[in-house]
Amino acid sequence: MTTNTLRTKRRKSALRTAAFMSPWLIGFAVFFAYPLISTLYFSFTKYDGFGAPVFNGFDNWKYVFENYPNFWPAMRNTLWLVVVMVFCRVVFGLGIGLLITKIKTGTGIFRTLFYLPYLAPPVAATLGFVFLLNPGTGPVNAILGDLGLPTPDWFTDPAFSKPALTILAVWGIGDLMVIFMAALLDVPKEQYEAAELDGASAWQRFRFVTLPNISPIVMFAVVTGVIQAMQYYTQPLVAGKVASGIIGNSGQQVEPGFPDKSTLTLPQLVYNLGFQRFDYGSAAVAALVLFVLAMAFTALLMRRRGGLLQAGD
Amino acid sequence: MRRNRRLTAAAVAVAAISVVATACTGSAENVSKDDPNANTTINFWHGWAQPNEVKAINENVARFEKAHPNIKVNVVGNINDDKLNQALRSGGSKGPDVVSSFTTSNIGKFCSSGAFADLKPFIEKSKLDLEKTFPKVMLDYTQFEGKRCALPLLADAYGLYYNKDAFAKAGIKEAPKTYSELLKAAKALTKTKGDGFEQLGFMPAFHGYETTTEHYLGSWGPQYFDASGKSQVAKDPAFADMFTTQKKLVDELGGLQKLEKFRNTFGDEFGAKHPFHTGQVAMQLDGEWRLGMAKDAKVPFGIGVAPMPVPDDKVADYGKGYLSGTVMGIAPQSKKQNAAWELVKFMTTDTKAVVEFSNAIHNVPSTFEALKSPELKIEPEFKTFIDIAQNPKSNTAAGAVNGATYLNTIQDFGYQYEKGTEKDLKAGLEKLAQQIDTDIAKAK
Repeated sequence: MTTNTLRTKRRKSALRTAAFMSPWLIGFAVFFAYPLISTLYFSFTKYDGFGAPVFNGFDNWKYVFENYPNFWPAMRNTLWLVVVMVFCRVVFGLGIGLLITKIKTGTGIFRTLFYLPYLAPPVAATLGFVFLLNPGTGPVNAILGDLGLPTPDWFTDPAFSKPALTILAVWGIGDLMVIFMAALLDVPKEQYEAAELDGASAWQRFRFVTLPNISPIVMFAVVTGVIQAMQYYTQPLVAGKVASGIIGNSGQQVEPGFPDKSTLTLPQLVYNLGFQRFDYGSAAVAALVLFVLAMAFTALLMRRRGGLLQAGD
Repeated sequence: MRRNRRLTAAAVAVAAISVVATACTGSAENVSKDDPNANTTINFWHGWAQPNEVKAINENVARFEKAHPNIKVNVVGNINDDKLNQALRSGGSKGPDVVSSFTTSNIGKFCSSGAFADLKPFIEKSKLDLEKTFPKVMLDYTQFEGKRCALPLLADAYGLYYNKDAFAKAGIKEAPKTYSELLKAAKALTKTKGDGFEQLGFMPAFHGYETTTEHYLGSWGPQYFDASGKSQVAKDPAFADMFTTQKKLVDELGGLQKLEKFRNTFGDEFGAKHPFHTGQVAMQLDGEWRLGMAKDAKVPFGIGVAPMPVPDDKVADYGKGYLSGTVMGIAPQSKKQNAAWELVKFMTTDTKAVVEFSNAIHNVPSTFEALKSPELKIEPEFKTFIDIAQNPKSNTAAGAVNGATYLNTIQDFGYQYEKGTEKDLKAGLEKLAQQIDTDIAKAK
């Protein structure tokens, strides 16, 4: 076979591969690469949606990091949610999954009961929680008060607004419960039997049998949880607006974050800067910060050593 | 060589993306040459959402279509400023031709960015004498730095509502005229119940619906910016005085925590269970629309209306108030701007249209002719708002290139100050002024 024929064959093969990959390549280029490059480009321009973008160097970056008073509170809140909310969701999801795989009767009923809240629309669920946790008229504080327990102001107290959002997120752990249940049922029974014969306690069986077997699923839950927490928008916005009493009639522009910017998250900044202030350049900066943070967290969690992935996964 | 080619390809790609991104942007400089006498259909976007308001605006549009049979109007309601701004940037044949907004403080952004078209050529063509048609404050809040991009469509005047029965029970003879009198009356009207309230005299907190920094400041009429556009919040003593006065009201009526807890028991601001309707609060800072809403809710007490109190050292100014209103303009992307102008002109200047719309939605008329029209249904309480609207010392917030953003920044400061997080008022106001100036410089 001549060199030319070989080259032609290779080229054809490469073209065929490219043709088969083209749907993904087009999707990647249109929905990821182009928006990412555009966002980077806009972050160095002054642009309000009219006229052409004008290059303004690092003005937007300087403004967002140094002069935009909402940036650092939103950053702190987002990191709080990434750490606390994701941890609580994974722990409770796994815990409920474990409980349901252990019980003998009524599994279907409990599975349905724990899964149902996940199906509730975020706005309706948030409205329901703001009502339940209303410090003036809500049933939760009425019960806590009757029991002689402290009655927090929940969504109207900056110290309790994020814990209240975490309770809401934990209430809707149906998705994680189902994933963990599938993983738990997949752990080989022989390994538990061997561990029991060796005299392993329940905790040791969980630590040395269950956890290593389901670690890829735990990692999946944590990584997707971190990304969801980074994109957390609807619930804090609705809770903040409703609890503040300013729902925003047709003409009002309501700055998010009530109370005391404690429910402000980075996606809300992207909306506020981009679609309320129409400062697309600064909004692009906030979006890029989100992107870098999500990448950094994912890379950290997926490290072979010190991350959630085991060496053999 | 190959590396150079790759670099060139990358540069071309980036340039192409930039060109595409630029091409996707809207242009604010379109000038329409449509014939207003030709058969056409225009899109009108507005923010009204309550059934009676929607009915009223549809009736107004029907009157226009009867007067201009060649122009059909597609009406789209419940549009807030966020949606409006996005649509104005997107353009397209289904986008709005005629637009309106309730947020007068956004006029600076609408005019300076070109989101609303310049109305000067249309006004000149129609030989409209604005000074003889509209009150001055309304003319001020529909232009920015000399560029007129909107006209007023009805106005909102803010005053003090009070429960006449509660006043009689507390032995209060007349509405308070100063903030000291307001505090005294509020205390007399307040009835505690456990660690909360059975009736609160006045809800002073900045989250108490219309008791915002902007509306309180109507009693002071401060200078928001100097001639060079710098914020005056740290220099004009009116701001410090307002914050001190409001904090005193909050502290002496039970403290913010207790007030906030009580506020959480309130019904929706635009629903029948508003705290003034239910008797939870005896006095309320609110707009003229509350009168109609309270009457529709069939409140079991007499409703009193008065101008908002003024600072103790400015009793002579009593009678003035905060004004705002709906602004109406034309989308710069519209290809039917001449037809759109016909609707804007009709709705904002036709006396019968303004009066009937005002009667239907209980707003203050926005033209001199409508204000003195015999067809205007003026209930005795409503007369107070008409007087506030015509008071030469009534005022509104200044326009800014970043719209209502600077007002939100002042409001955010107010939340910190009423709570006690911001303790040093002078230093806080200086920092606030810097922040406002920085945000405006960024938007320019």
